[in-house]
Amino acid sequence: MNQPPRVGPSGRPRGADVGAAVLDVDALIDDRGVGIIVCCGSGGVGKTTTSAALALRAAERGRRVVVLTIDPAKRLAQAMGIEALDNTPRPVTGVDGGPDGGSLDAMMLDMKRTFDEVVESQASPEKARQILENPFYIALSSSFAGTQEYMAMEKLGQLHADARAEGSYDLIVVDTPPSRSALDFLDAPERLSSFLDGRFIKLLLAPAKGPLKLVGAGFGLITNALTRLLGAQVLRDLQTFVAAIDTVFGGFRQRASKTYALLQDEGTAFLVVAAPERDALREAAYFVDRLSADRMPLAGLIVNRAAVPPAGDLSADEAMAASERLRRSDATSTTAGLLRLHADRTRLVEREAWLRDRFATSHPQVPTAVVPALATDVHDLDGLRRVGSLLGGDDASG
Amino acid sequence: MTDWPQVRLHVVTGKGGTGKSTVAAALALALATKGRNVLLCEVEGRQGIARMFDVDPLPFAERRLTTGLPDADGEPGVVHALHVDPEAALLEYLSLYYKLGRAGRALDRFGVIEFATTIAPGVRDVLLTGKVFEAVQRNSRNKGAIHYDAVVLDAPPTGRIVQFLNVSNELAGLAKVGPVKSQADTMMTLFRSPRTAVHLVTVLEEMPVQETADGIGELRAADLPVGGVVVNQVRPRDLTPDQLATLDAGTVAGELAEAGLDETQVDAVVTDLLLGGREHAERRALETAQRAIVDALDVPAYELPRLPQGVDLGALYELAGLLRDQGLA
Ligand SMILES: Nc1ncnc2c1ncn2[C@@H]1O[C@H](COP(=O)(O)OP(=O)(O)OP(=O)(O)O)[C@@H](O)[C@H]1O
Ligand SMILES: Nc1ncnc2c1ncn2[C@@H]1O[C@H](COP(=O)(O)OP(=O)(O)OP(=O)(O)O)[C@@H](O)[C@H]1O
Ligand SMILES: [Mg+2]
Ligand SMILES: [Mg+2]
Repeated sequence: MNQPPRVGPSGRPRGADVGAAVLDVDALIDDRGVGIIVCCGSGGVGKTTTSAALALRAAERGRRVVVLTIDPAKRLAQAMGIEALDNTPRPVTGVDGGPDGGSLDAMMLDMKRTFDEVVESQASPEKARQILENPFYIALSSSFAGTQEYMAMEKLGQLHADARAEGSYDLIVVDTPPSRSALDFLDAPERLSSFLDGRFIKLLLAPAKGPLKLVGAGFGLITNALTRLLGAQVLRDLQTFVAAIDTVFGGFRQRASKTYALLQDEGTAFLVVAAPERDALREAAYFVDRLSADRMPLAGLIVNRAAVPPAGDLSADEAMAASERLRRSDATSTTAGLLRLHADRTRLVEREAWLRDRFATSHPQVPTAVVPALATDVHDLDGLRRVGSLLGGDDASG
Repeated sequence: MTDWPQVRLHVVTGKGGTGKSTVAAALALALATKGRNVLLCEVEGRQGIARMFDVDPLPFAERRLTTGLPDADGEPGVVHALHVDPEAALLEYLSLYYKLGRAGRALDRFGVIEFATTIAPGVRDVLLTGKVFEAVQRNSRNKGAIHYDAVVLDAPPTGRIVQFLNVSNELAGLAKVGPVKSQADTMMTLFRSPRTAVHLVTVLEEMPVQETADGIGELRAADLPVGGVVVNQVRPRDLTPDQLATLDAGTVAGELAEAGLDETQVDAVVTDLLLGGREHAERRALETAQRAIVDALDVPAYELPRLPQGVDLGALYELAGLLRDQGLA
């Protein structure tokens, strides 16, 4: 096997070691021209942690920051003082904003509430009530795959407009939902609107708008079939829902396309977060390609929870061989156990370096930062500070 | 001997990324002993099975995947795979149960199928679980179709599992009457019976373990049968906490020399070995604390090691062997 390049002798893997350019995170968060940072990535890679850590670091370097988190771990939410869901940003205490007057507000997205608020702002009270009570609306606003992404964008649009109007924030950091693929963040809003533009919805709306001579017969068949399958009430609910949502949705779509334009703006920076694993890096590669296809500004890749390379040049095989020699005379030898740990770690580091190298080869233009795995979970401001300083390129031991 | 002799449907859930798909695949291999047919199902449209087993993307049709893990006399059974797609399932369901004929095609033409499978509350889940239900319930009257001795479902994550299996409840807000509703009720009878077990995969970290505990509570509250907890990606335990607490540079250096390392190698590596040992001790302590929480859940637990090389096809068989030895299969 080809020996993958060895990484950081200082005990810290850097993107540069495998041929990728280094992402300078501090330069990014210090850049006053950057007003929005979006952290994307597949499930569980560390999007929420990274968003919060970046936001905290930016605030402590003097920026006035708001971070929009989505489903943070309970203890992290508590530490940031956002465990109560009221869908508006709250100041985080314990942030040292420094001489430049940096500050950090944080909020946790309440998807259903955001959706409800949009409906309420778009429709008369009577109509809004009708929509909010409809079972199809309830399903759409609480469990449709894509609603969370859609609402994250909606909330971003609102925060941005408010920040503009009130001058309250100069940086918005956005976490993205725990979807299986980072692409969902870009695709979901489109999926929702094309769904609401779908043939069936059009059809249900059509009778209200005028005679539908051509499809009339087919439509009768459908309503009969649906009634047989689900009962008549369902069809009535459905028609109410479709008629009501149609009036509201025009406004929705307009707002979504405004937010989309905001994402393409040069004041926005996308960070793709990935774990140093095959699946996560493949997802990251898809996402990077999509961002460029959609002309969205990519700032770089963050490889999170990387294994820290051991010092010395004892290879995994040598360590295993030595471990086995020791075990032959003493099955419970401490040193043998340590050698095995060393071998495991070396193999992991080699595999991760190889995976990152593959990514860098196919995407040489993507600057990369590598954040080592901490020994414990990240659930308080100090933990976030440590991740922040690792993002900024400080040493792991700090 | 398996701990779950009565179970025909093994549902594998867990927090995202903990190893549901890996464990479901390994469990299917482990269950496929001599003469048995096992079906491995996935429902999230991700083609995880195809990726893990390195085969072409699966169509919406059962196909032979591979042979199972051989047992003592060396003869394995067969693992089949099925990727359940909600739109295809709805069409199949309509033609099978309602002979809708022309109306069925019209439904498709007008986008109703797409509509129903994307939004109608619960319909999507009923369709996905319905197909799995059919594979479990299938009997010898159904000529030509394979009769499965066990079905393993790579299920949605813990946060959605109760909603996913609790189909009749989910439909309650929508279809109060009609055949879809009664179909859902029949399915619930199987899911609530001892022929089903919902296994939860976790890693020994705080959030996943908490989610596992919550998930068990929710499953029980919904009368769904909790199976085992599969503790995945466990770090090696060949060093005792005592050994880790009393690491000594001199002793380690001496033993390294004994193991044949020359002096420069020893000098280069000894500090790092100790550092690695201490870091390992820290993580192990966290794992031990989380493991105690798992034990307190009072559910059978099974353990799989963290494989430093990642999971390839061979590793799936290795994990299958470990699950079989521990009695999950
Ligand atoms: N560098 C790190 N070292 C150690 N633990 C980390 C690190 N980054 C994240 N974690 C931990 O990993 C877990 C998952 O992180 P996080 O919640 O940020 O991921 P996510 O991408 O937001 O997940 P989801 O897709 O579910 O929203 C958390 O327990 C977090 O504390
Ligand atoms: N015992 C193990 N040792 C090493 N790696 C493992 C182990 N189990 C799982 N993995 C790896 O962890 C990653 C996640 O595993 P898997 O895809 O099975 O999780 P999942 O719970 O199905 O995830 P998702 O929620 O995304 O469906 C994969 O890269 C897999 O190869
Ligand atoms: Mg998150
Ligand atoms: Mg999976």
